[in-house]
Parts: sequence; C-alpha cells; structure tokens
Amino acid sequence: MIHPLFLAHDGSSSLADIPKQRIPEFRQSILDAIRDGARLSALFGCPVNNALRLFAVLAHGDTGKLSVTSTEAVDSSYPALTPECPQAHLFEREIYEQWNVDPTGHPWLKPVRFERARAGGEGSRPIPVNEAAARREMTFFQVEGEEVHEVAVGPVHAGIIEPGHFRFQCHGETVLHLEISLGYQHRGIEKALVGGPSKRTFHYMETLAGDTTIGHATAYCHNVEALAGTSISARAQAIRGIALELERMANHIGDLGALAGDIGFLPTLSYCGRIRGDILNLTSLVCGNRFGRGLIRPGGVYFDIGSEMVETIRERLHSILQDAQSAVGLLWQSSSVLARFEGVGTLDAETAKSIGMVGVAARACGLRQDIRHDFPAGVYRVARIPMAARREGDVMARAMVRWLEMGHSAAFILDQLDVLPEGPVSGEVGMFPAASHLSVALVEGWRGEICHVAVTDATGRYQGYKVVDPSFHNWFGLALVLRTQQISDFPLCNKSFNLSYCGHDL
Amino acid sequence: MNTFFVSLLPVLLGLVLAPLLLGVIHRTKAVFAGRHGSPLLQAYSDLAKLLRKGAVYSRTTTWVFRAAPVIGLASVVSVMVLLPITGNSAPLSFVGDLIVFIYVLGLMRFFTVVAALDTGSSFEGMGASREVHFSALAEPAIVVGLVALASATGFLSLSGIFSAMSPTTWVVAGPALALVLAALFIVFLAENSRIPIDDPNTHLELTMIHEVMILDYSGPDLALVLYAAALKLWVLGALIVNVALSPLGLNGIRGVGLFVAGMLVLAVIVGCVESMMARSSFLKVPRLLVTAIALSGIAFMLIVRFTA
Repeated sequence: MIHPLFLAHDGSSSLADIPKQRIPEFRQSILDAIRDGARLSALFGCPVNNALRLFAVLAHGDTGKLSVTSTEAVDSSYPALTPECPQAHLFEREIYEQWNVDPTGHPWLKPVRFERARAGGEGSRPIPVNEAAARREMTFFQVEGEEVHEVAVGPVHAGIIEPGHFRFQCHGETVLHLEISLGYQHRGIEKALVGGPSKRTFHYMETLAGDTTIGHATAYCHNVEALAGTSISARAQAIRGIALELERMANHIGDLGALAGDIGFLPTLSYCGRIRGDILNLTSLVCGNRFGRGLIRPGGVYFDIGSEMVETIRERLHSILQDAQSAVGLLWQSSSVLARFEGVGTLDAETAKSIGMVGVAARACGLRQDIRHDFPAGVYRVARIPMAARREGDVMARAMVRWLEMGHSAAFILDQLDVLPEGPVSGEVGMFPAASHLSVALVEGWRGEICHVAVTDATGRYQGYKVVDPSFHNWFGLALVLRTQQISDFPLCNKSFNLSYCGHDL
Repeated sequence: MNTFFVSLLPVLLGLVLAPLLLGVIHRTKAVFAGRHGSPLLQAYSDLAKLLRKGAVYSRTTTWVFRAAPVIGLASVVSVMVLLPITGNSAPLSFVGDLIVFIYVLGLMRFFTVVAALDTGSSFEGMGASREVHFSALAEPAIVVGLVALASATGFLSLSGIFSAMSPTTWVVAGPALALVLAALFIVFLAENSRIPIDDPNTHLELTMIHEVMILDYSGPDLALVLYAAALKLWVLGALIVNVALSPLGLNGIRGVGLFVAGMLVLAVIVGCVESMMARSSFLKVPRLLVTAIALSGIAFMLIVRFTA
C-alpha cells in the first residue's frame, strides 16, 4: 500500500511525488490518520492533466507535520467518508456540488453554495449540470409534531451583517435542531484563481474575508514563496507577524464588545468599539489601510516600521491595553453578564474534535490546537506565543479565550518591536511558481486555521487553488451548539463564534 | 373653566412630556457609555417623521392589525384620565377605577398581541407568546400592589388612594409601601420592555419581546404604537412617583412640579439600570416577576394584619 506523503518544511512538493492511491486505500489512509489524531485540513477536487483528482490534506498537530494524499476520481461516485469521519461532511458536499462526484452514503448531501458544477479543464470528462443538487437546494431537515414550530431567519437580517439563512426547529423556546444554509456571498473566487497568478489574484486574496485580510494574504504569500523557492527577510516576517496579531487583537476586542451588546450591556459595547478602532488605526499607521490591505506582498511586505513608528505603536498599544482592561474587566465583574455567558452554548471537546473545529471555538472546548504552535511558519518559528485554552466550551470560554489571546498578542507585538531584525522588508519573487507542484500553507488567522492549497500545472499556473477559511470548519459547530438551547440565545451563541459568511462562501 | 383646565392638567402633561422620558433614558445611557447621545427631543422628531410617512401592510393581515395601534393609543389615553398627579385628583374617578386602570391597559396588550399573531410571522408569534407569558406574571403583581394601597388608605379609586396617602400613612405602613414600590418598579420595567426583561434597542429578532410584535408596523401606525408605548411608560411611572412622593404631602402646583421632576429622576434611574446590568435570560425573567408578586403579596398581608 502507498502511504500519504509528508510534506517538507515549506509545505510544497512536486505533484509527481504525491501518492495516487486507489479509492479504498485513499479512504483508509484518511481514516487511519484521523484515528491517530490528525485533522482533515482540506479535501477537494482538482483537475490534474485533464483528470479529476481528489486531494486530502491532513494536519498532524502532535508531530507538526502535514501529509497529502490523492486519488483519481474515475467514477462518478465513491463511498463517502462522512459516516466514519464527520469532519469530511462539508468537504464531500462541496465535491458533490463542484464536480458532480457522488459520495455514496453521505447522510445529508445538499449543495454548499448553490454554485454551478465546474468543468474539469479542456478535454476532460464533461460534467453535467447538477440537477440533483438544484432540486434539493431548499430541503431542510424537519422535525414533525403538533407542538413543533419552525422559525426561519434571514438571509436578510435586521442588523448590518452578512446574509445567511438559519432554519430552526423549535419546541416552544427550545431549539431542537438548527440548519444553516449559506452561499449568498458566493463570488466564484476559487474559479477565478484558476489559470493565475494574475494581477487580480492578490486582490482576491485580500478580500476573501474582509476582516481576515492579513491572514489570507499571508497564507497566499507562503504558497507563492514556497513554490518559487524563496524565503523572505527576518524583518519582513516579523512585520507580518505584528500585522497578523494586530488583526487578531482588533477582531477579538470587537467581538467582546459585540457579545456585550447582544446582552444589552452597553458600557463594554461602546468602549470596545472605540478600542477596536484604535487597533485598526495602528495597522493603518503601518500601511495606510485599517484592514491591512496592501501591506503584505509576495516576497515580504510593502511597508517598513521605522524606529519612530515603533515608539508610537508601543505607546498606543500600552494605552489600548489599559482601556481594554477596564472595559472588558466590567464584563467579568458583572454577575448579570456571567449569568448570560456561563453554561450557554456548550460544546464538548469530543464533538468539537470529531467535526474538525478549529481556532478560538476549538480552544474554548479544550482542544489544544493552534497553527502558530503546531505548524509554526515565518516569525512564529523563532518567537513562540502561548496558547490560550479553556475547557468549558460555552460562550464564556469563547469570550475568555479571545480576551487571553488579546493579551498574548499584545505581548508578542511589544516583544517583536523590541527585537525587530535589521534588513530589507521585501525581495524579488519570480512571477510564476514552480511547475506541477502542490503547496499547502497554514496560518492561524484570528478565527482559526486558514488553509490554502495551490496546485500548479506544467507551465506553473494554478490548475486549482483551494481556500479553506476557518469558518468552513466551524459553522457546523454553531449548529450543534444550538441544540437544546433557548432560541433567544442564538444571537449570543452566534456572536461567540463570529464566523465569516464570505470566507465560507468564497 | 379654571377648575376644568386644572383637572385636565395631568392628562395634558402626560401627553406632552411622555416622549421626553425616552430622551432622558437614552441620554443617561449615552453618558454611561461615553457617548454624546441623541438629542433629548429625538423621540418627538421620530414621531413627527413617522407621521409624515406612508404605511405598508402585509397581505396576510386583516383589520385587526390596523385597528390595534388606534385601540392601543385610545386605551392608554383613557387610562390617563384616571391618573392623579401628586395631590391633584384625576379628571375622572369612581369607586373601583383601579380595576379599570389595569384592565384597559390589558386591552391594549391584548390587541398588540392579537395584531402580532395576525401577521402570521413566526417571530411575531414568538414575541406574542413571550409577552403573554410575562404579563400573566406581571399582572398579579400590580393588582395585588394596588389592592395593598387600597387597603392601606381605605379608598378604591386611584385619586382616592393618592389623595389619602399622607406622611401618616407612611408612618403606619411604611415598610409595606416600600415593598409595593419595589414591586411596581419591577412591573414598570417588565411592562415597558426595559432591561433586564427586554431590550428596547436590540435589532436581534430572536431575542425581542415588544419590539418583535410591532415589527410589521410602519409610518403613522408605528408612530401611534411608539407614542402609546411612551404614554404607557408615563402612566406606570406615574404610579411609582405618586407612591414615592406621597410622604411629602404635597398638592397644587408644587405637587405637579415635583411630580415632573420625579418622573425625570425615574427615567434617569431606568437609564442607570440599563447601563449597569445585562438583560437576563428569558428563563430567569419569571423569577423576577414572581419576586414582584411576592413583594406586593407580603405588602398586602402586612397592611391587612397591622393597619387595616
């Protein structure tokens, strides 16, 4: 039997080296890896030399290694992994929708984003329009009974948030089941990336999820640099790290404020909104854009942090931390807040692991996984950052993990500013990546693991570019959390996850 | 003529000043949050704006939906006629008018709930269910509270009760009256959908009570609903202020002046409560309301046992 290939340090490998297993072996090697504690970071279809290949990227957190395996999808169906490996469920729905390959035995085979099936490339097996998918698009799981009622929320919401449809099956105020239907923000980014890199590629990366600009841009750069075989200067790595942590801080404090807002606790809401602005302004100080657009580029970063700016950032960060301490401190001190946070929306570690949760939500359940810790790249190889984790898995734990991470990020930034290495901040990267290669990049964005996989063809252009936003893993976690909860606690639970719609919909 | 005008004064005062209370609450919350906040008279501008707009009606609604705002406003205005102001009698008073007071407000709620069900929306159905659940618990609290006041003073009309309440009543039944005051305050927060029972500012449909029931109203109808809600805030607040100011034994124009000041202070207190605590979970709201029932029940027993 051929075994999955463990990727080298830079996460890339020639396509020829990646094992092409038969379907039963492919399934077995994934199931074996999952059983040994690995996580399925990506499972996707990609045409290679005009034949559809399924790739699986497995993250072995304990050893810090990534393994890749593949199979050729010669038939229009294969036995689904989901019944034995629940974390594959959304990936398999995606494969079904995009490539019309039927994972037989999948318990809930619905389209993910209502996108049209993709063509496999010139001369490939023609892919018919997915009529089955189209027919099933509005089927929701229903609970029957005289006292059961159904509540449909969205996709148009009362607040200024992204569109998504939520279907609750309720018994009185208690939720029996929640089904989340997304795809309203689908822009066809992955399809548009095929044939790249082009001038627009980087813009797509920065706008995959607007609040995770730095995270996705960094992941993309890791891939480009790995494929080009270049490495960037230590100073550029440090600045990327600082930007990523600033993004994390801004979003975490914004989330803490929003959590307070959902329970009508006004002081923290208002102050956190202001503090979030202060942190975004720090990013803006570095690169001129509050969300870090235009800061990160393949080969390094566009903007340096001068010694004067180091001082300014340090000063402002200290006062930001003080303000945050007093604003968020109010949350932990108010019994009425704790009564709403504690014991609400709990998820146990076992479930979280089996459905492949990542990031803040996973760490709040007691799963110790953090890309910065398990698969460090760039500055995180030399500068370690403590991992914040809780065991309770409730709204309180998710809020607390955010708060702890904010502190760790601030300390990290202050450390990095002290020891900012000398040197250039950008270097040359060849326009076109290595031919017939596959490269995987993992970055711990503020929501969790961002996974980008690039597959290049014989001319070095992308045959496929897979993006897995942390939200893709975690939305199902939110649905599970809601079971047996009060429907009036949904907004609170939702905010405690704060997942991206556009990052999921791509 | 003069006495007629004076007797209408409490009603006119309420009709004019009620939206101001909302402005004061908002301003208090803004100060706590470190914001400037909207103008004090914002509620008046909002009402004026809504009255100039057109209304949209869902095709599933019937006359019930259109009648509810008018019936609601009419109910709350009729209730105001029964309401005395610190030492000044109400334009209308008769034996047993406190029962009318409570149940005409109940009529207003009934039509709000029925209109919410009329839209057929699942949100509004949930809001209606919550409203009925919580008001069923708030109602005994206010009924028993008012009955306690009636037995403390020996009058069965609101004007009678409040004109009979004097510093002596407080000497005789002070602790019981304080308990009634506390119960009335809880009912006041619940009936006016304030934190910790409801959040008037939330945009989250799934967590609302009152706001979600009026989700389908627009234009002049919404203006009537909002104005009626402001008047209800005034009416129930007036009960509290009347009880709280009764030990001072005021009447005439000084009574009116102090009453208005009391209402503004009450609004500030509501703003402080909303700024300092989070709204509670719906599972815990009944406990709060049952506490109110217990408080007025104990007050009633104290009065019956020791004073009556």
